[in-house]
Order: sequence, then C-alpha cells, then structure tokens
Amino acid sequence: MSSFWSIWITVLTIVVIAGCFILLKIVSKNTTGVEEGESMGHSFDGIEELNNPLPKWWSYMFYLTIVFGVIYLALYPGLGNFKGFLGWSSANQSIGTENGIKADSEAAVKLAEKEGRWVQYDQEVKKADERFGPIFAAYLATPLEELVKDPEALKVGGRLFLQNCAQCHGSDARGSKGFPNLADGAWLYGGDLATIKTTIMDGRHGMMPPKGGLPIEDSELKGLTEYVVKLSGRDHDEALAAQGQGSFMKGCFACHGMDGTGNKFMGAPNLTDNAWLYGGSRGVIEQSIKNGRSGVMPAWKDVLGEEKVHVISAYVYSLSNK
Amino acid sequence: MMNHSQPQGADYNYTVVRQFALTTVLWGIIGMTVGVLIAAQLIWPQLNFDTPWLTYSRLRPLHTNAVIFAFGTSALFATSYYIVQRTCQTRLFAPRIAAFTFWGWQAIILSAVLTLPLGITSGKEYAELEWPIDIAITIVWVAYAVVFFGTIIKRTTSHIYVANWFFGAFIITVAVLHIVNSMAVPVSLWKSYSLYAGAVDAMVQWWYGHNAVGFLLTAGFLGMMYYFVPKQAGRPVYSYRLSIVHFWALIALYIWAGPHHLHYTALPDWTQSLGMVMSLILFAPSWGGMINGIMTLSGAWHKLRTDPVLRFLVVSLSFYGMSTFEGPMMAIKTVNALSHYTDWTVGHVHSGALGWVAMVSIGSLYHLIPVLYGHGRMYSTNLVNVHFWLATIGTVLYIVSMWISGVMQGLMWRAVNSDGTLTYSFVESIEASYPFYFVRFLGGCFFVTGMLIMAFNVIKTVKAPKESLPALAEA
Repeated sequence: MSSFWSIWITVLTIVVIAGCFILLKIVSKNTTGVEEGESMGHSFDGIEELNNPLPKWWSYMFYLTIVFGVIYLALYPGLGNFKGFLGWSSANQSIGTENGIKADSEAAVKLAEKEGRWVQYDQEVKKADERFGPIFAAYLATPLEELVKDPEALKVGGRLFLQNCAQCHGSDARGSKGFPNLADGAWLYGGDLATIKTTIMDGRHGMMPPKGGLPIEDSELKGLTEYVVKLSGRDHDEALAAQGQGSFMKGCFACHGMDGTGNKFMGAPNLTDNAWLYGGSRGVIEQSIKNGRSGVMPAWKDVLGEEKVHVISAYVYSLSNK
Repeated sequence: MMNHSQPQGADYNYTVVRQFALTTVLWGIIGMTVGVLIAAQLIWPQLNFDTPWLTYSRLRPLHTNAVIFAFGTSALFATSYYIVQRTCQTRLFAPRIAAFTFWGWQAIILSAVLTLPLGITSGKEYAELEWPIDIAITIVWVAYAVVFFGTIIKRTTSHIYVANWFFGAFIITVAVLHIVNSMAVPVSLWKSYSLYAGAVDAMVQWWYGHNAVGFLLTAGFLGMMYYFVPKQAGRPVYSYRLSIVHFWALIALYIWAGPHHLHYTALPDWTQSLGMVMSLILFAPSWGGMINGIMTLSGAWHKLRTDPVLRFLVVSLSFYGMSTFEGPMMAIKTVNALSHYTDWTVGHVHSGALGWVAMVSIGSLYHLIPVLYGHGRMYSTNLVNVHFWLATIGTVLYIVSMWISGVMQGLMWRAVNSDGTLTYSFVESIEASYPFYFVRFLGGCFFVTGMLIMAFNVIKTVKAPKESLPALAEA
C-alpha cells in the first residue's frame, strides 16, 4: 500500500473511532436546555421525545468496545501500513513480496523468523509438522507390503482418502462416471502396490482421441459398438459385431490389444471385464468411441507429500485385496 | 393523542402508500414460500423435479431478492412515504414521481422473478440482477430520493423527526452501494462481468452486502420502528439524546463492517482487523435503537397484554437486540473461525430477517392498513394474535435449529484425529444436519402460514365498509 493510502485509511479510522468517543462524551452531558426526563418540546404527528440521559451501562459498554478497538489496532495490523506491536501476520505472503522474495517460499518463512514476525500460518504448520511428522515418517519407513497388514495404518489411510480422494472416487471408493472404481479389482494402470503409489504420486492422464485417431466412418460406429459389447461378454447381434470387428482391426487393437484386454502401460482399458469408466450402455460406448475421452488424475506428491501418499496407497490396495 | 385523523390542512397522499403496503404482503408470501421450498429441497432434493429453473441454485437468489427487495423494500417504501408525510405535516412531494417509483419497483421485481430462474445472474450475492435491471434500479432509486427528500424540504415542522434521519441515511447509502457494486462491463444484453477483480471484487461485494444489511435491513427498519412503536404504544420516544448518538455512530461504523465476511481469506490482514474492530464497536450503537424502542414502552407495558400489534413490534426489537449482539460476536476472528460457512450464519441472518425485519414490518402494517382504509383496527385482532404466535414460534424453530447445526458443523469440520487427519469428511457433516434442516423447514412453514392468515385479515379489512371497524376500547 502506498503511503498516501496508508495515511488515508489511518486518518479515517481514527476520525471515526475518536468521533464516536467524542460524540458519546458530549451527548452524555445534558446541553439541550431541557431538564432531564422532560419532553424536548417538539411533536411529530403526536409523537414527542423525552430528554432522558443515556443509560449508564450502555455508555460504559460503548466505551469498553472503543478501548478494545484501540488496543487491538495497536497490537495487530489495521492502521494502514502499521504492522502492530505483536508483529502478527496471518501468512508470509506480504513478507515475501515486500522483500523481493517469493511468497510462501522457505526463504520467506526464514525471513519472517529472523525479523521476529509472528506468522500464524507458518507457526501452525510447524507445530503440526512437529507433532504429526514422526507418525508419518515411521509409516514411510515401513514397506508397503507390511503396511497393508497394519490395521491402524489402514484406518489413517482411510481417513486421508475420505478427505482428499472421496470427492471424485466416492466415500465408498466405488467411483462414478469418469472416476474409476477402486474397489472392483479392475485396474487401468495396474493394481500392485508400487503402481498404485506411482499413480497417486505422479497422477495420470488417460486419453483416447476421437475414434482412436483412426479412419473410422460414422457409419461404422454401430458395428464397432456391438463388437465392444461382444468383447465384454454380453448378448449381442453377431452379424453386426462381425462388421465391428473389422473396424476394430483398423487399429483399436494397438492400445486395447488383439483380444481387447487393454494395456496397463498406457492405461488403455480392458474391454472384456465389463468394468466401465464412463458407462457400458451401447449409447455411452458409441459416444466414447465417437468423441474420445480424456480423464485426469492429479499428482498428489506436492499436495500431500510422499508420507501420506504412502499410507493412502496401502489403503487403496486393501480395498480390493481383503 | 392516538387519533389517526389527519391534521388540518394536510391532505396526505395515501395512494402510493396503500399500493406498497398491499404488495408487501403479496411479495412476503411469495418470497417466503420460495424460501420454504428451497429449505425442503435441502432435505428432499427431488423437489427440484429435474427442472433447471426449479433448482436450488436458481431459486435461492430468487428467495433472497424477493424477501429483501420485494417484501422488505416495499415495506420501507410504504412506511417511509407514510411517515415522512405525517411527521413533516405535508403532502408527498411530486406525486407522479412517487407513482413512478411504485410501478418502476414492481417492474424490477417482476424482471427478477423472470430472469433469476432462467439462470441470468451476475453471480454477486444479493446483487444478482443483470446490468439492464441494475440501471433500472438506479433510476427508480433516484426517483425515490427525489420524492423523499423533496417532502423533507417542504415540511411544515421545524425539526426533522428521527425516523426520517434513518430513512434518509438508508436511501442515500443504498444508492451509493448499489451503483459502486454493480459497476460491470456488459458483454451482451444479459451478461456482464464485474469491473473489479480478485480480492478487490470480494471486498466491494461484501462492502455492499453487509451494508445492504446495515442500511436497508437495519437503518431503514429502525426508521419504521421509530414511528410505529411510539405511535402504537401511545408513549413519547424514550431518549432524544440516545437517538442522536446511536444514529451517527451506527451510520459511521456500519460502512466499515463488510470485511468480517472475508475473515481468513486473501483479503489483507489490516482490512480484516478493521472490519472486526468496527463491527465490535458497532455493538453499542446497534443496541441504542433497541433500548430506545423498548424503553419507549415505559408506562405502557400493560398494553402488551391486549395489543398483539404492539407485541409484534416489541418482540421484533428483542430479536433485533439478539442478532445485533450475535453479529459483532461472530465478527470476532476466533469466533468466526468456527461459525463461518456453517448454518450458524444462516440462522443469524434469519434471526434478523424473520425476527426483526419481517416482524417489525408486519406489526407496522397491522397499524398502518386500518389507517389507510379508514378503520380503527384490523378485521380480526384474534387473527393478528394467531399470526404473532405463528411468527414467533416459526422464528425460534428456525434460528435454534440453525444454531445447533451450525455449531455442530463447525466442530465437526475442525475435529482432528491423533494423527492430524480430519475426523469427519464434509459429507458426514451434511448427513448430521438433516434433522435440523427439517426443523428449519417446519419453522418456515409456521412463518408462511402466519403470512397467509395476514393476507386474509388484510383483504377482509380492505373490503370492509369505511369506518365499520372501530378501535377497541383500551382494556
């Protein structure tokens, strides 16, 4: 804030608070020329006004809030650029930018510490890290194969899952349209412990271009859909599916495999397990082929840290490996 | 001193007052019914009937706009036009412009009723209407100011009565708030983008939002209170000096309070501190109005036994006192850390909106409507009494259920396990809120039922032959 605006806001604040104080002080005395308890002498549509004094308890309460306000503004930031005597700040954002240091960086935290600033956010993070850090460090030091046998760790993982993963995958981990079911044992990228952890750490981007990027005509979509239905082992029109198989051989197999069982290296879904990410009805399958699909699982490495991802991985694994 | 006959030489313009008074009842019923519907949707989501314009997201702004700007503001138009004439002892200035404010305001309300369910919105809370309607509001509001201040200027009394200070402050400030907050860049007839960005936009929005509460729903209705309470009680206003202090302190402090809606956000620390401090100091000036209203009853307390209209007014002041105590408390950052984003806020708003704004308006209308139609009382005093109890019970059910669910949500959200993970997921707190949503819905049903009884009573009063309903002798 430029010093003009700093002065502007400081002066306005003081004028308003001091103004209230002075007004209260003046009006507390009877300067109306009318005795207390008597009518002011004007009548509006029959309504008169009495000259009663301000209630004492009310005036004291008013003074008290003013005193509190003044003390608060002395201790905490409020009057323009004045930081307050406590050196309190909610975050290190402004401390960083003020000094040409990247806000929220470790350097900003260090600078605040050096200057004796009481940055609430950093303090709370530090306290939490000191208290909870060792718990998660111990979990990280435990191999995943052992962690999945630790019921306490799975509970912690379950809670972390509810807070961070349930928004997309559901509180029962059974997913929804576009968000994989994690409890059915069908895996796009693989369901072993190490792969699950990699998926959570680095995220995934599952992408199928419209019609697989292949020279497939719209007129072939019905048949291709029928073939996919056949692959999943459901009732189908044999003749139509046979047409579709021809289209499939134009290149779908490159990702989904000759037998349609998919490819975990690229996250190409298995079409034979009847587990559907976007829905398995003929209409939705045709839509998926025609328009393609794109799904993103964000990387959690920087959000939660490896310790927590480690515990969540064990929990996710346990969902389909009881 | 309680006769309502017009003083000599004054021939008041009651036409526009009558129009606004009746539409207040109509819009009250519509706005509150929409409120009950969306409260029910939170329990039974299928009540949106899979229809886009009946979804919660579109009906919620319709509810807030209808109760604040259709019901509440119509009540303010009616009472301010009535009070300014009677306390200035002069006819309303520019009757044609006054008529324009009525039809203009109704047109604006209708446009809100059409555009909001269609999903046309600027996305700013309590300021959702798009830019063409915003311009229309500005024009009608300036016309309102011309009529009101014109009447003040041509008054035949030497002083300006305290009720008119509050109405004046409300009219000027709402104009400023509306114009500044609605500044936008139109991209088409029904879409615009705010002129402000980021934290500045949020701050301007809540500077507007909180002062819509402060100047429209507080100052405006205090103006109403300052006329109808002494009038109905037949007693002089308790303290002239108290009204001076609390008026000036209230309007000087309220304008600063907005940042308390943005605690613990990207808003700079100094802005948050100022918002909190000013909100706290605002406590005493807010209570000044309650004290002045309630103490005006000194020597007339016995009237509460027989007069349900006075009961409406006094209970509204009690709710006013309660929510203006609660407000500054919730503005304290540590309290806000618990209350913010929970149903506690919703309960707080409705203790003001139902308990104060609606009850003081209803009480005032029960005083006003007989006068406007040449009667000494409403068609049925018993029905006024029934309405009083329905409204009081409805309000209490509403705010108590929201207090409990709000504090519960706040506690559930911050509960932490020994490993530092949160104990509850968000959806668990929603699940736990269902019983309270039902009680809230019930409270809303009580309140709307009361409004329907009022509508019946008003129609009967309006249709009764002139002077066929004499005032009851005082018990």
